[in-house]
Amino acid sequence: MIIRFVLNGEETQIDCAPDRRVIDLLREDFGLTGIKEGCGSGECGTCTILVDGENRLSCLMLAVQLEGKSITTIEGLAGENRQHPLQEAFIRCGAVQCGYCSPGMILAARALLTENPEPTREQIREALSGNLCRCTGYQKIVDAVEAAARAMQKQKEKAG
Amino acid sequence: MKSFIPEIGCSIPRADGEAKVSGEEKYATDHYGDGLLWAGVRRAGIPHGRIRGLDAGQAKNLPGVIAILTGRDVPGTNRQGIVHKDQPVLCTDKIRHCGDPVALVLAEDRTVLAQALALITVDIEPLPGIFSIDDALRPDAPLVHEEHSGSNVLLAATVDKGNAEEAFSECDVILEETFTVPSVAHAFLETENGIAWQEPDGKIVLVVSTQAPFRDRFEISHALGIPMDRLRIIGPYLGGGFGGKDGATVQCLLVLAAIHAGGRRVKMWWSREESMAAGFKRHAVRMEYRLGAGSDGTLHALKCRLYYDTGAYAHLGGEVMALGMEHASGPYRIPHTLIEGWCVYTNNPVAGAMRGFGVAQVSFAFEGMMDRLAEKLRMDPLDLRMKNALQRGDKNGAGVTMTHSTGIVSCLEAVGSHPLWKGKEQWMAEAPPFKKRGVGVAAVFNAMGYGRGLPDSAIAKVELTAEGKIRVYCGVSDMGQGNATAFFQIAGGVLGQENDAIELVQPDTARTLPSGSASAGRTTYTYGNALIQAAEELRRRIIGRAALMILADTVDELELLPGRVKHLKSGREIPLNILASVMPPEDRICISQFIMPVARDGLETGKAFFIGFPHLLFSYAAHLAAVEMDELTGTLEVKAYLAATDAGRVLNPQSYEQQVHGAIAQGIGYALCEEIKLEEGRILTPDLATFIIPGAMDIPDMMSISVETCETSGPYGMKGAGEVGINGPLPAIAGALAQACGIRVKTAPLTAERILEAMVEQQTACERKPS
Repeated sequence: MIIRFVLNGEETQIDCAPDRRVIDLLREDFGLTGIKEGCGSGECGTCTILVDGENRLSCLMLAVQLEGKSITTIEGLAGENRQHPLQEAFIRCGAVQCGYCSPGMILAARALLTENPEPTREQIREALSGNLCRCTGYQKIVDAVEAAARAMQKQKEKAG
Repeated sequence: MKSFIPEIGCSIPRADGEAKVSGEEKYATDHYGDGLLWAGVRRAGIPHGRIRGLDAGQAKNLPGVIAILTGRDVPGTNRQGIVHKDQPVLCTDKIRHCGDPVALVLAEDRTVLAQALALITVDIEPLPGIFSIDDALRPDAPLVHEEHSGSNVLLAATVDKGNAEEAFSECDVILEETFTVPSVAHAFLETENGIAWQEPDGKIVLVVSTQAPFRDRFEISHALGIPMDRLRIIGPYLGGGFGGKDGATVQCLLVLAAIHAGGRRVKMWWSREESMAAGFKRHAVRMEYRLGAGSDGTLHALKCRLYYDTGAYAHLGGEVMALGMEHASGPYRIPHTLIEGWCVYTNNPVAGAMRGFGVAQVSFAFEGMMDRLAEKLRMDPLDLRMKNALQRGDKNGAGVTMTHSTGIVSCLEAVGSHPLWKGKEQWMAEAPPFKKRGVGVAAVFNAMGYGRGLPDSAIAKVELTAEGKIRVYCGVSDMGQGNATAFFQIAGGVLGQENDAIELVQPDTARTLPSGSASAGRTTYTYGNALIQAAEELRRRIIGRAALMILADTVDELELLPGRVKHLKSGREIPLNILASVMPPEDRICISQFIMPVARDGLETGKAFFIGFPHLLFSYAAHLAAVEMDELTGTLEVKAYLAATDAGRVLNPQSYEQQVHGAIAQGIGYALCEEIKLEEGRILTPDLATFIIPGAMDIPDMMSISVETCETSGPYGMKGAGEVGINGPLPAIAGALAQACGIRVKTAPLTAERILEAMVEQQTACERKPS
């Protein structure tokens, strides 16, 4: 079937089986391999994408569920900019090791900061509790989200 | 980002950071290609049996199925294994664990692949299984490997020193305890996977998530009978490894598939469940300890018996046990030791390398004994450790003289002077209602390198490119631990070039040179030392060639600066791209090999190990865990954590702290929740919903102190930092629990159920006591 949606800011349509997993569609047909797969059953969060700004697991979604939605993957997070403040902070704060969880982690953090621009460390941990990381012990990821939140507030103040 | 010269000692951002956060980095999983085929494996699902027949008729007729291969289609020896070649690529007759592969299917897509795998029927005659160490050691036990020396013992060994049996009679206090730890999974987020294809000239290319690309080439060549010069292995950045990708996973299967794919690319990517069933695990171990000391706490004699369950195949089981035995007496001075070990085959999943390789297990036991001794002698647990801690010049438990950096005392001092330790009484007293608090410590160590028996070698290659940039050919994988960034810094530091003028090539058997596995705390140490030599040679060469062009009297008048060589007297400069244009390609490449030193002591022990024993260099750590236990539920929560680590000089404080944090977090998982549960060889915890690893809410903020000794043999004084940290949390947390409520758990993990059960036992015992 024909499915229409917005992918990283661009109107897109594709003819595919309605029950194709979104993660496969995005990785294989669109080449968006920044989306990772770690379990295929909604336990690890590495396949996180944003659907209308909300944090969703693309391994548990079927293509038909994309109809009319706006999807952001890690590849589209920075938009026109070279890097999103979260991406910049993840590097600077040492939140990246093997990096396999990073795209999902960053998108989950993006969804959090949209809802709560000034989260506490505890709130950050809670918001990221669906995204597993086996390398970092999470501390530097929390540091990075805090730093990005501050940077984004500053940007907003400047713009405002 | 502003340009900078990546220098040693600075927290420069990771060389791979930008590509990883943008989603651009191509892991093995991210390679596809036109006309892609998918390969998958039909697994036995039965722990022990004999194949009577296999019917793939229906599967073969399924449209979209390209080939179905069995053990008969394997062209070589059909045997894999790093030390013992006992693991078939595809089983032909005997099944030894549920994850054993019986057929390989190539299909047009994953749907057809799944259908075909389900349609294959395998007729297996079940055999009585061996599911525990005791089962395996019974004299009449059925054999997992009939061809192996008439028993299920893969390796039995002794490490001793002095005369432990007699020395116990000289001890004022003797304690005994038996500890057990379960098997656990690495749970890297990128499961085992790769992609392979045959080139028109017959050569086979394999892109694979691996910690040991050069050993893979050797394994594939042996198992499949393909000359090594027809194999090219490419090892991109890994999505985690932790030891689980040190050895053949998908490699031989994929190359076999590629031979039957008519030049098309074939991809294999294990599901999480398949990774649990067929991937390597950490060994489950039983440890029987007897420790004797003087009344002042001076350790005098240790006797222990260690039993490692290596599962269905040897993999690195013997070597894992060897390292465990070498560390069984802790980072302590004990004059008399007798350590016996048995590594046994069972019909459980295959155990192998995992961070803290055999040592994470024994750390629970030796530190558990130290806590019990401190309690018995009413000594401060930290003082007891300090009193017995190894110092340079001492012999360790295996009889090796500590001739290199030995920083355990400094680590213990750092913990002892920390407010978390000094203020522990008050913090414990302030426990909220229905909670009990405790603070525990652990002193741990971890050897570096392969040990005696095989050279721990790396060969660095560095090039001045035709464009005048620096290219480092890394022959050893980066699974996330950051060694590639260290190489970036070493090249930057020696050659004084800026970050955007340095390029890293990840392992590729066609371009880089054999540098061993990413393992054993050796990666940065060995390759880094080789790279310093190669980069210094390149520096000399660049300056020497520039002297010719600039007509300098001596090379001393010249300096290598970012992008150019400068003649300091005249101020004249030659850009590196111009210099490179007059140097032939072979003149622009420098290659250098480094081999790690080994222990020189003439030991009369550990003779059963033909490789991997003993070691010379060790990293050390002292850990502190502050825990809170819920009296109503038994739940244990780690509230604060401190690690003081001696991993020599720190090349990059941020990367270093990443290793410390990550190891602690995995160690907390090992202490509190991780356990592969088995029932007759079948995994009852097949996924991440049942095999629980810590999430963001489970790990506290951690503190890391670097006790920087200088390891003079290491690159800029460094030692491996990746492994030692995982050995501390389990014993430190177990010690903290005992401080909190007097319960000494001797079986890991310390789950709420186990603690609650122990509390009930403790209460019943108290009630029974006559007042």
